[in-house]
Amino acid sequence: MWDIIKLLLNTTVFAATLRMATPLMFTAIGGIYSERSGVVNIGLEGMMLIGAFAAVAVSYFTGSAWLGFLGAILAGALMGFIHGVASIKYRANQVVSGTAINIFAGGLTVYLQRLIFNMAGVSPAVPRINDVTIPLISKIPWIGPIIGKQNPLVYLALLTVVISHIVIFKTVWGLRLRSVGEHPRAADSVGINVYKTRYVAVTISGALAGAGGAYLSIAHLSRFVEGMTAGRGFIALAAVIFGKWNPLGALGASLFFGYADALQMRLQEIGIPTQLVQMLPYILTMIALAGFIGRAVAPKASGEPYVKEG
Amino acid sequence: MLDRVKKVPVHVIIAPILAVILALIVGSAFVLTVGENPLHAYKVLFQESFGSMRGFATTLQRATPLMFTGLAVAFAYRAGLFNIGAEGQVYIGAFAAAWVGFTFSNLPKLIHLPLAIVAGMLGGAIWAAVPGILKAKLGIHEVINSIMMNYIAYFLTDWLVLGPFAGSSWIPESPRVKASATLTRLMPPTRLTTAIYIALAAGLIVYLILWKTKLGYEIRAVGLNPTAAEYGGISVAKTMVIAMAISGALAGLAGMEQVLGLNNRFIQRFSPDLGFMGIAVALLGKNHPVGIVLAAILFGALQTGAAAMDRLTAVPRELITILQGVIIFFVAAEYLFSRFIKVKGEA
Repeated sequence: MWDIIKLLLNTTVFAATLRMATPLMFTAIGGIYSERSGVVNIGLEGMMLIGAFAAVAVSYFTGSAWLGFLGAILAGALMGFIHGVASIKYRANQVVSGTAINIFAGGLTVYLQRLIFNMAGVSPAVPRINDVTIPLISKIPWIGPIIGKQNPLVYLALLTVVISHIVIFKTVWGLRLRSVGEHPRAADSVGINVYKTRYVAVTISGALAGAGGAYLSIAHLSRFVEGMTAGRGFIALAAVIFGKWNPLGALGASLFFGYADALQMRLQEIGIPTQLVQMLPYILTMIALAGFIGRAVAPKASGEPYVKEG
Repeated sequence: MLDRVKKVPVHVIIAPILAVILALIVGSAFVLTVGENPLHAYKVLFQESFGSMRGFATTLQRATPLMFTGLAVAFAYRAGLFNIGAEGQVYIGAFAAAWVGFTFSNLPKLIHLPLAIVAGMLGGAIWAAVPGILKAKLGIHEVINSIMMNYIAYFLTDWLVLGPFAGSSWIPESPRVKASATLTRLMPPTRLTTAIYIALAAGLIVYLILWKTKLGYEIRAVGLNPTAAEYGGISVAKTMVIAMAISGALAGLAGMEQVLGLNNRFIQRFSPDLGFMGIAVALLGKNHPVGIVLAAILFGALQTGAAAMDRLTAVPRELITILQGVIIFFVAAEYLFSRFIKVKGEA
């Protein structure tokens, strides 16, 4: 029993939780922007994957991991914008467009991988973003080992959560974003540009998903692995819902799912099958949706193309 | 509005064709990046999949599970439901079919095979009914729940073949199904089996249910306008659950084909995105059985030709996945073509 408690409160597990939660945080925050504007983004998984690849490719050619990170953000933003063009301008079914992006991303990354690196499966090692040690904090007992020595992207993800919370709930643009997602016609009637707001939101969502993917390829690892996002885009989507379309909620959900991820290996050591732990985020999201943990309600116009009258 | 509705037949046929042509043009750009002639690459591709009986048989084999998942997605779509969970239903259906296949022995084929097929349908139906019920009873959008159920299906079947039902080989897979539960091969050495007949029959049955029965009428009524349907005395909740269950049963048949026809066992994560490709097939086929069969054959042909193109030209086989993604994208955004043809505005 004591062993299990020690395991559950282990600082190494907590540090790993933060690492596992980072790509989810970036991507889930991205998902929130998109969903809040009324555009469902099932394509997060594909955008992450393209981000992960772009990061490695740019890092490989420039020798700079940070430029790689930038490349991932731009590549993700481009995919987000394309999703926007389909679902905003051409009124595509957003779920279908997102599915198309996921399939496209799976093909494109492997295609380019073979073209650029002439290797199947994994890319060669590229420069990665190195971990940093924060001088004073790392010395604090218990907290130090958890947050004192991490990858810069971990801190950046946390910062993104805080900034996004402020942007969405405390700024005029945030108010517009939410009104466009709740009631586009009313927003339009008071002079808010629905299309533009949605384009910006979906593009941001792609950029953040790209950042999440970059974390996997050039911070957590230092290479691209075929299909390396392994469903994390969908877990991020789950975190959006579990966190009730709220950045702080998504942070909590990401940390919780990251914790489950970090515990997995250790639980297996004491005889609990990994797969059953891996199912947890998905089961919990369904339970949350069903209203057993307080009802999760989506933005009202989420998924609906907006057609301007006249 | 009326004059637009009349033009639907033309647009129904032209939009998908335009989408495919446009996707092939986009694909050409990728072919050019490897310094290959796109026409040559496409010629190699389609020669492999249509140029010989053996190639065509493989094309049909690849098309078979896509017919099932395409029909599955379309059936739910007609009831106004988006079944993005076909992938998970494929896995559960496949495992159920495999379980019946490897568990029972000494059964005559006449009983064992149908039993395994029905198990596959049942597995898929149950898995799909869950998001259907949650939608009908609690109003929760079926898309999110079916995505979640996809992942639960992955990990559940992972666990089943790694743990309780692990086969004897080092690959995570179930034991082999008994010969009495396997589908008959029609043209060895190709792996085309009698599943193709089941797929075509399923297409016919879907057509008959949707357009010739009361249930089909109710399903389409709910799909067009649930409020009006409810007002007209149709139980929307019941219709939704039934539509999802039938959709799941069809997806389960795709899993059945992979187990009883192709692999003769359940292999961990065997599906090459069959469920998601079903969305593409249904869309390209305009959610009609005839269109779905044709669209599935096109996708089957792409997959069959991919290996030959990879071998005989400098173009990596992943071009096919890119093409499939782009096709879905263009079909989804068919409003894009509205300048050239009349497109019915989607409500």
